[in-house]
Amino acid sequence: MIRLNHVVKAFPTGSLAIKDVSFHVPKGEFLFLTGHSGAGKSTLLKLLYAELRPTSGDVRVGGHLVHSLKGDEIPRLRRRLGIVFQDFRLLEDRTAHENVAFALEVTGARRDTIPARVTRVLTQVGLAGKARAYPRELSGGEQQRVAIARALVNDPAILLADEPTGNLDQRATRGVFQLLRDINAGGTVVVMATHDLALVSEVPYRTIEMKDGAVVHDSSQGPAPELP
Amino acid sequence: MRLLLREALLPFRRLPLLSTLSITTIAFSLFTLGLFGLIALNLRSALRGLEERVEIVAFVLRGTPPETITLAAQDVATFPEVYTVDYVTEDQALERARRELVEFRDAYRDLQTNPLPASLEIRLKEGFRDAAHVEEVAERMRGFTFVEDVQYGRDWVQQLDRLRNVAGVLGLVIGGAFAAVAMVIIGVTIRMTMLQRSREIRIMRLVGATNGFIRGPFLLEGALKGVLGGVLALVLCYVAYLVFVRNAAAFGGLAFFQPVHMLMILGFGLLLGLVASSFSVGRHLQVVEGRVERRVHR
Repeated sequence: MIRLNHVVKAFPTGSLAIKDVSFHVPKGEFLFLTGHSGAGKSTLLKLLYAELRPTSGDVRVGGHLVHSLKGDEIPRLRRRLGIVFQDFRLLEDRTAHENVAFALEVTGARRDTIPARVTRVLTQVGLAGKARAYPRELSGGEQQRVAIARALVNDPAILLADEPTGNLDQRATRGVFQLLRDINAGGTVVVMATHDLALVSEVPYRTIEMKDGAVVHDSSQGPAPELP
Repeated sequence: MRLLLREALLPFRRLPLLSTLSITTIAFSLFTLGLFGLIALNLRSALRGLEERVEIVAFVLRGTPPETITLAAQDVATFPEVYTVDYVTEDQALERARRELVEFRDAYRDLQTNPLPASLEIRLKEGFRDAAHVEEVAERMRGFTFVEDVQYGRDWVQQLDRLRNVAGVLGLVIGGAFAAVAMVIIGVTIRMTMLQRSREIRIMRLVGATNGFIRGPFLLEGALKGVLGGVLALVLCYVAYLVFVRNAAAFGGLAFFQPVHMLMILGFGLLLGLVASSFSVGRHLQVVEGRVERRVHR
């Protein structure tokens, strides 16, 4: 579903944010991207949803050659992805239902199908009863669930989550993480960037660890090297 | 379409203060433009009134047969510059003098012979009433052998020319400046709205909205604000016009905009709104992308 081949991302000043990264994510996988702040996790995700272009190398996501997409082809890629952020990125003046519906409206979905589809995903994330609530009336965990519902409403093949539990307390973190696992169990590829190692250690999912823009460990290649 | 309209109208409901502010600023910039338009309009009609008085009179030698003069008048009427040619006979000239120069009525009544010559009175078409054309036609009239003298207010026509040039240049400069100010104000107000909605634009892009889809509501919003600003500007212009006419009786003959002018102001507002918002959205979409790159870099 995702394939990176010798990907390099340099910024105009010459500093390297991603250094020769290659990996493959097959269908149905749950992948953790770990590493400290500034390790390149978010930059890597941005390369996947074409917010940034690689300086060199190939990025393939769900059949799209992301590195060579033209500007008007980017929206088509993003409609096949679900993207979730640490800060939720909800529209404050719209209800949970409207926030989710918005993602369908901008893609030109048929209007008569929208309410049912929104209700379905809000039910899936456990917020059917809070459809009319505004973000400020919801807890952090609930807001993230709305963001996940918005990411899911277009039935994406891949869900990209950039520190989705970074702003949440322990309990909300568990809830959101379980939700992501359930989504993955339904066949959706989930790529989750996190520095919450406790969470990572709980499950036997594949983990790619990054440092200074490079992959320093991929759990699919063998156990992590011992710390000196 | 419904969605486009809803998204375009959303800021009016959600940011009423900012929307009112932008409509008001557009209205004021169009108002200044409108005031200038009113002045230009009335100046032009005053100039036209003056221009209509531009007349070339060719006095005819006594004893010239009327048929010759009539034939010449028909000839002169075919000049491209000429609007009308009136043949005024000696008797008509005297009759007119008696009618118009009341204080000399007695003197004219006692005359044994008519001292006034016959003449051809020539008015020129609009666009030919400047000094150069007037002089040219006058020169051609002098070429007729039966013409004794040709008169037209040379100084007056030259002054009219100067007045016209000054009005033209002033119109261009002030009108251009007002238009530029209006564009900047509209651009800035729409950019303010854009910045307010930058978060929304980022989210729209992330969920797969095309740039065209994002642009649509902003363009419509800009056009709506432009038209609303135009309506308000027309109201302000009318109020200013009424106040001016009521307090300055000397300007009683002033004209207000014709419907076609009002449509032009509304159309101008719409165009300004469209151009400014399209420019701002374009810039803002680029800014959003640029920011991402810079932020990551930091």
